[in-house]
Amino acid sequence: MKYLHDIGSYFVMIKKVFGSFTKRSVLRELIFKEIDDLIIDSLGIVAFISFFVGGVVAIQTALNMTNPLIPESLIGFATRQSVILEFSPTFISIIMAGKVGSFITSSIGSMRVTEQIDALEVMGINSLNYLVFPKIVALLFYPFVIAISMFLGIFGGWLAGVYGGFTSSTAFIEGLQDSFIPYHLFYAFLKTFVFAFILATVPSWQGYYMKGGALEVGKASTNSFVWTSVLIILANYVITQLLLSS
Amino acid sequence: MIKVEDIHKSFGDEEILKGISTTFDKGKTNLIIGQSGSGKTVMLKCLLGLFKPEKGRIYYEESAIQDMDDDQQRALREDIGMLFQGGALFDSMNIEENVMFPLRMFSKQKKSEMLERVNEVLSRVNLENVNKKFPAEISGGMQKRVSIARAIVNRPKYLFCDEPNSGLDPKTATLIDNLIQEITHEYDITTVVVTHDMNSVMEIGEKVVLLKKGKLVWQGTNQEIFKTDNEDVTNFVYSSDLFKKIREVQIKEQ
Ligand SMILES: Nc1ncnc2c1ncn2[C@@H]1O[C@H](COP(=O)(O)OP(=O)(O)O)[C@@H](O)[C@H]1O
Ligand SMILES: [Mg+2]
Repeated sequence: MKYLHDIGSYFVMIKKVFGSFTKRSVLRELIFKEIDDLIIDSLGIVAFISFFVGGVVAIQTALNMTNPLIPESLIGFATRQSVILEFSPTFISIIMAGKVGSFITSSIGSMRVTEQIDALEVMGINSLNYLVFPKIVALLFYPFVIAISMFLGIFGGWLAGVYGGFTSSTAFIEGLQDSFIPYHLFYAFLKTFVFAFILATVPSWQGYYMKGGALEVGKASTNSFVWTSVLIILANYVITQLLLSS
Repeated sequence: MIKVEDIHKSFGDEEILKGISTTFDKGKTNLIIGQSGSGKTVMLKCLLGLFKPEKGRIYYEESAIQDMDDDQQRALREDIGMLFQGGALFDSMNIEENVMFPLRMFSKQKKSEMLERVNEVLSRVNLENVNKKFPAEISGGMQKRVSIARAIVNRPKYLFCDEPNSGLDPKTATLIDNLIQEITHEYDITTVVVTHDMNSVMEIGEKVVLLKKGKLVWQGTNQEIFKTDNEDVTNFVYSSDLFKKIREVQIKEQ
């Protein structure tokens, strides 16, 4: 029963976000601020993680290639496949559920408990449009973050592979180009868009409808991480089933 | 003037407001008093249209908010200023941006005109040289004053205050009360103040409405409140130790 009510309130929220719009000039400013907070501020950690995990994927693949019949180019191939298909879109999104998600929940949640949201409503402003719409727009840039992550992940793999003495650069690059399916990129970026929408809206919903005080803001942020990551994992499963298995 | 007719408001099975009728006069500070949990904030939020009563009507001058469509309600809200219990300043904005916010949202003025108006209201609440500070950097009393400035910047016809002096020392509390009353008289605003503070009642209670468990049990002026022998009034007034002792002394002297 409670879950049904929660799901209902989520969709009601989405509908209201696109209800009456905030004044254009103000909205534009809010969007730029969100791009800064949600996208630009995440680039550092995403770059760091992608680079090193890409490297580890390459090393792990190399270390597990005990059969001399397997070509060296498999290292490049495996790095490319795991980074593009899962690591960058899904794993990075889970990290973002922790970083961006709890930031969104705690900032909206603290506006709720200190009556700042009521203050917006009293002024006749659609607070959901004011608070959530700019986040959705900002996260339309999220696929760029993931593209950077893919690039750095593969670059990290190449660096670790070549300078760790596991593969030659030529073999790695040959592996990168080996049986490349463009549809996989489409799949990866489609799910990135879905995850972006989840990342923008689920934490907002957790913060917006929370009750209580400062302590509850902390709890809501934790909850928000759980909900967001569970939904990302489920969406990942569904999209993969629909798009890749045929 | 705001007129309330028989409003009922429930949450779940619990009826919080049980049929309240009264009027709040223009150019006066109207007080809603009562113990914690008596429904004062719920009543205020009904007046503001944040809560929808199941029954009853609320009139702003001649028009009932129940009859207004969304656009009309929004237009009405441009005439309303609200001072929240904790100030509710936007903590991502500095003081100047906070006070300018309603103007940016609703007026078509130029930036320089808006800034002029912001400085005018900030000096009206005796705040100068804090324009670039953030809410977290100023004291609670100053935050309340900024909040008043934000509430009146758009020249509202109605001003609502929820516990304006909670969390303030008695002296600052009196200053804030007096400021609210002066502004009410100066701009001929219909002001509604929610409080449980007897000092406020004595200072600014031009019209006082006492709620108890969601019912209106008494209304009158702060002059009348000490004369009536209505039991609910005396229970509320003399629930404060200080007043109880004063009362005992008075009775002894008689
Ligand atoms: N949004 C809400 N949902 C459910 N119950 C509420 C809500 N707001 C207030 N109440 C209940 O209404 C009663 C009156 O609260 P309130 O008006 O805040 O009291 P006060 O007179 O102290 O301002 C309380 O019992 C409170 O629990
Ligand atoms: Mg209250």
